[in-house]
Amino acid sequence: MPIFARNILPALNSTVLASDWPAGFWSHLIIFIVILFVFVIFMAMGFIYFERRFISRFQIRIGPNRIGPFGLFQPVADVIKILIKEDIVPLNADKLIHLLAPIMAIAPAIMVFAVIPFQNGAALVNLNIGILYIVAVSSISIVGMVMAGWSSNNKYALVSAMRVIAQVVSYEIPLALAIIGVVLFAGTLSMNGIVQAQNIPYILLQPLGFLIYFLGSMAEINRTPFDLLEAEGEIVAGYNIEYSGFKFALFYLNEYTEAIAVSTIITTLYLGGWRGPSFGLPVIPVLWFLVKVFAVFAVIIWVRATLPRLRIDQVMGFAWKFLLPLAIINLLVTGAQVVFWPVLSHWVIVGVNVVLAAVLILAFSRFFRTAGDKIEA
Amino acid sequence: MSLKTETFLVNAGPQHPSTHGVFRMRFILDGEVIQDVEPVFGYLHRGIEKLSEGLTYSQDMVFTDRLDYLASMTNNEAYAVAVEKLAGIQVPERAEYLRVIMAELMRISSHLMGVGFLTNDIGAFLTPLLYMYREREKILDLFDMVCGQRLTYNYMRIGGVSQDIPDEFIPALKKFIDTLPKFIEEYEQLLKTNEILLIRTKNVGILTKEAAINYSTAGPVLRASGVKWDIRKAEPYSVYSRFNFEIPTGTKGDVYDRYRIKIEEMLQSIEIIKQAMAQLPQGDIMAKVPRVLRPPKGEAYGRIEGPKGELGFYLVSDGATNPYRLHIRPPSLLNLSPLRELAIGVKIADAMAIFGSIDICMGEVDR
Repeated sequence: MPIFARNILPALNSTVLASDWPAGFWSHLIIFIVILFVFVIFMAMGFIYFERRFISRFQIRIGPNRIGPFGLFQPVADVIKILIKEDIVPLNADKLIHLLAPIMAIAPAIMVFAVIPFQNGAALVNLNIGILYIVAVSSISIVGMVMAGWSSNNKYALVSAMRVIAQVVSYEIPLALAIIGVVLFAGTLSMNGIVQAQNIPYILLQPLGFLIYFLGSMAEINRTPFDLLEAEGEIVAGYNIEYSGFKFALFYLNEYTEAIAVSTIITTLYLGGWRGPSFGLPVIPVLWFLVKVFAVFAVIIWVRATLPRLRIDQVMGFAWKFLLPLAIINLLVTGAQVVFWPVLSHWVIVGVNVVLAAVLILAFSRFFRTAGDKIEA
Repeated sequence: MSLKTETFLVNAGPQHPSTHGVFRMRFILDGEVIQDVEPVFGYLHRGIEKLSEGLTYSQDMVFTDRLDYLASMTNNEAYAVAVEKLAGIQVPERAEYLRVIMAELMRISSHLMGVGFLTNDIGAFLTPLLYMYREREKILDLFDMVCGQRLTYNYMRIGGVSQDIPDEFIPALKKFIDTLPKFIEEYEQLLKTNEILLIRTKNVGILTKEAAINYSTAGPVLRASGVKWDIRKAEPYSVYSRFNFEIPTGTKGDVYDRYRIKIEEMLQSIEIIKQAMAQLPQGDIMAKVPRVLRPPKGEAYGRIEGPKGELGFYLVSDGATNPYRLHIRPPSLLNLSPLRELAIGVKIADAMAIFGSIDICMGEVDR
């Protein structure tokens, strides 16, 4: 038996599926992989549609409403349009790397979903180190983007790739520190275990950690106001400027897959995942999960519709001077609470942490200067 | 150990999302920092000045619409003022008031676009811009009501305006003017205290008072640097001497001041329009101008305060039906001249913010 199967099987057996569905290791693996791919593709289409319609509302437009009822088939039309484009490789590009880059980017983004519990225990693998696996895997996508930027033989793409490296490497640190707060409270690294431990959604127990994670992950997936790598006013389209056809479609899918991944991780870590009143029906937890994922994504779109973009030095300053100290303080406070107040009611800790988060953020923003002198509003 | 680094050249334009047309900037970059920038323009050159020499004075009016296509009304007015000065034509009072109303509406529209595209350049994904399009749309509807056009109006004629306003215009204008401050307040809420907008615009691209004068900048760019210079006050043309309004000035001359000036000027334009509506007299809208105009030999320079700065037309007549020479002083081109000095040493993102704050229109730069 291969090593991974030997390690995973016990974990699978320990899942708390109501009936042992789908029975058996291989059928579980195959069925869940199919489910995950369908989930990712359909969610990506749903997100594209949702984003276009929702952002239109912010911008007093209607948005796509021509193809299908309420424009629901617009993403399908988009996909068809992208796929029938000619696949162009620049003359002086590094052709092999140019081909591998989109695959390199999309694969880790989809791999993240392997440990996301859609329902109690309903995950491809219920890894006992789930969140560690996510932190490890999710940052590999950047390699694909850097490969794309480097191999395209284009200066816009190169500048974009350099920005990606700097930005993502910086934001990994506060992001990981914020996650540790959740892990301390839950006492487990398993994603399903974290959901099961959330009698109170951790957004209340870890308000500061949630904000740090949310902002950090917005920078990770390059969403406004951290979308420097595709700042169209500066470097046109960023790392994927020389891509077209199927390869571009993969990058486009990657962008939304990462957005879905981040939304699902935030849902799982901070919003209680699949938990919610289920009324005894088996499908309700999945719906709760999806509703929360879309709610998180709606906030991300809201931010995108409202805020301008930061400059590169301001982005870096924000990570190192603002998020990192806050993340460390959050970690220390959480650790102290877990060690010294294990008997205390959770609701007391909620009160303390919410007040602490507000005070810390206000105090820090008073002293925090990205660049230059004081800014008076 | 020392790493060998080298600068590289990045070409922004002529086809580039933030160059507002076909402007081109050749950046020499050291990483993200701009070492040098060479602005290149002329991609939209249509030879309007030369073309004008082959057509009569009244036919040349249509070219002016194509200069700054976001402010066609004021272009018309500037040309009309120059020809009237050359030929000594007295414009009827009602026409002057209509010109003022249209010019101020045009100023509001142009400033809305200026602020909108500035926010777009610093990365606010279309939202402020589309909100400002909403107000611009209403202004275009008003113009449509007056002259049947939405972009190239050709409304002002030598000696007056082409047609009188319809009856429903004044109520519609009143309604628009009454609601506009509320919408401007909305933009203020969205932008004025937006932390990201502040750190992106404050202390970025500072143009000192002396430099602003030395570079011969005009309009909002000059006033943002603290120079109180507005041709509507300094050398009142039309009937501007009859209105009470302020000239807002900035203190620092950074991108933020240039953005603030535009908002303040819109509020002042509202005041002017209100006064003009109240004073609007009855009467002719066209002076007696011969069908084929033959101004006496001589030259004239007519200038007005366009939305983007001093817009001047220099005309030389040899007594024939066509101008002997027509030269345009485009504020966009002259406001661009400090661009290189402002952009050196800043990051690419800031260069785009500076470029957006100067608020140019390529039709006018290249002519």
